Amino acid sequence: MTLPQAKLDQLSARIAGLHFPSTGWQGKARGAALERLSAMGLPVRRDEYWRYTDPAKLVAPQPQAEVWGGEVAFDEIDALKVVFVDGMFDAEASDDLTMSGVEISRLAEAVTDLHWAAEIYGELETKGQYPAQRPFAALGSAFATDGLLIRVTGKADRPVAVIYRSSSNTSDVNLHHCVKVEEGAEITLLESGDAAARLLTVMEVDVAKGARFHHVRAQGRSHQRIVNTHVFARIAEEATFKSFTASINGVMTRNEAVLDIVGDDAVAHVAGASVGDGSDFHNDDTVFITHAAERCESRQVYKKVLKNGATGVFQGKILVKPGAQKTDGYQISQSLLLDGDSQFLAKPELEIYADDVKCSHGSTSGAIDETALFYLRSRGVPERRAQSLLVLAFLAEALAEIEEEALAEDLRLRLENWLDRHEG
Amino acid sequence: MLKINNLHVKLEEEEKVILRGVDLEVEAGKVHAIMGPNGSGKSTLSYVLSGRDGYEVTDGSATLEGEELLEMEPEERAAAGLFLAFQYPVEIPGVGNMTFLRTALNAQRKARGEEEISAGDFLKLVREKAASLKIDADMMKRPVNVGFSGGEKKRNEILQMALLEPKMCILDETDSGLDVDAMKLVSEGVNALRDEGRAFLVITHYQRLLDHIRPDVVHIMANGRIVKTGGPELALEVEKNGYADILSEVEA
Ligand SMILES: Nc1ncnc2c1ncn2[C@@H]1O[C@H](COP(=O)(O)OP(=O)(O)O)[C@@H](O)[C@H]1O
Ligand SMILES: [Mg+2]
Repeated sequence: MTLPQAKLDQLSARIAGLHFPSTGWQGKARGAALERLSAMGLPVRRDEYWRYTDPAKLVAPQPQAEVWGGEVAFDEIDALKVVFVDGMFDAEASDDLTMSGVEISRLAEAVTDLHWAAEIYGELETKGQYPAQRPFAALGSAFATDGLLIRVTGKADRPVAVIYRSSSNTSDVNLHHCVKVEEGAEITLLESGDAAARLLTVMEVDVAKGARFHHVRAQGRSHQRIVNTHVFARIAEEATFKSFTASINGVMTRNEAVLDIVGDDAVAHVAGASVGDGSDFHNDDTVFITHAAERCESRQVYKKVLKNGATGVFQGKILVKPGAQKTDGYQISQSLLLDGDSQFLAKPELEIYADDVKCSHGSTSGAIDETALFYLRSRGVPERRAQSLLVLAFLAEALAEIEEEALAEDLRLRLENWLDRHEG
Repeated sequence: MLKINNLHVKLEEEEKVILRGVDLEVEAGKVHAIMGPNGSGKSTLSYVLSGRDGYEVTDGSATLEGEELLEMEPEERAAAGLFLAFQYPVEIPGVGNMTFLRTALNAQRKARGEEEISAGDFLKLVREKAASLKIDADMMKRPVNVGFSGGEKKRNEILQMALLEPKMCILDETDSGLDVDAMKLVSEGVNALRDEGRAFLVITHYQRLLDHIRPDVVHIMANGRIVKTGGPELALEVEKNGYADILSEVEA
């Protein structure tokens, strides 16, 4: 079968000049990824799950975004810090990578023939290519320049915080992380920073029996940035996977999460809060959760605040496979439109092949509740403050998905500050 | 304190006239009651005074201690000392009651050039006022009015009034939906605030509330106007004979 020319053109444009490391175990994995990618090409607007978001925006030849030199989310949190600048590991700015119960190595240095990550790298991504293709993720597996390989064997006593900084306004970054949380182990992974003019990430997470993986990330500040992230997870029995993303500003953000629940009694939660101001803002969350085991629970909770012509997209699917009885699946996506120009495009889907399941989904778009606004103002709260209280109240249900209160509070303050900066 | 002069109000979106020349003056230290049939415009009057959107003032004026009310934003009216206890208090999911009360109190203080209250002092103040209204700690932790019973919502209105210490208090059917005990609590809350420098405008259907909060003056409102004004005995007359007699007498 030959691919449409448009897909091939996009692909050659996007990978022109990218370096392709071809040695050791990585050479094999990357070679396979490149084959997958070449067979798919890059998506075009007609493809399913790309109708609301133009993939061409992720292929822009020379992305440019302002550099944010200031502090980033989770600065105050006691964590093992790993810093990348323009996608290059910064040893000076990073902490020592040793930590009890956690083994951290770098993709760029893992060049030996044997590595535990060989079982994961590109593997979860490959599984996630079906039934919907995710060519940008294959591109990430093929061309990533670095990333972290994190193996968790015990209970990590503090989070690992990955900080992406940029020093150039044309930085174009491609990182790939693998996380293996072994039986009964536990870790919290944080991500923050303005990242790059264009950031492409793939994170593959294998959560073994009874293990817990918490992921909280903040995408913020830089207005012009283009971000395209993928999280692929395989969740075993009695394991817990939780991922939260706060997304602030950005002309193009596409966050994909592909979660496979393969063991009984497991839990998978994904949630997000995003805020955007202006017709340049485009924020897309695309989630695909597969239930392939019994008595598992999944939740998707997404809230978007949109103003001055901003666009929010949510595409979320729950697939319940035959035999996945007693599945409890919940999905909600809501937008708060602060003016008539902003838009929220949602595609909630349920596909169920088991008979004894409980699944629900809901999607709404609404404006600020004028009655509540008047009530607050009648008590002396100035209009803008009242509005920001109501916006934060709207986001609260998503923020409540974060288990660790200090992390939730950090993001809540950031969102509040954003509202202050974008008043009126 | 509050002076309303020939106030005419219509709906902004429709050609529907609701208030047709309201004249009313409430002096400092006094309690005035407004009674009147449903739909006569009592709530509209309270909303227009507090600055709700959706109404258009076509004529007349309203002043609070000489200041032109109708020109101000709702929050400015609040800071100037106006308070409306809502007929239907609003539920605000996601905003904690404590956060709400503290934000409101501090915003008003700030608007008046006063210092903000410290977290500790605020807690003490709220606990004390809440206790006298039998509002338990659990209610304070919940989002504003969410899951509150009708009576709890009304008590929460009075709590806000007690905290904010406004000069001009308008109570819109605060008695509706209250059982005898709650009515007593609410009335005690109101009476505790009675003061020479403070005035009340109590909108109600029933004599019952006025047994507890004794008004100095009673007005009857009908069809967008104050049609009769008298002493407390006017409320008793309404209680006994309804509005029909008064209205036919006015129309005659
Ligand atoms: N926002 C509104 N939209 C439509 N009709 C309204 C609105 N506000 C008030 N009204 C009408 O105005 C009249 C007076 O209402 P209201 O002030 O609530 O009376 P009261 O409080 O005395 O019962 C009623 O006929 C009511 O239906
Ligand atoms: Mg009314």
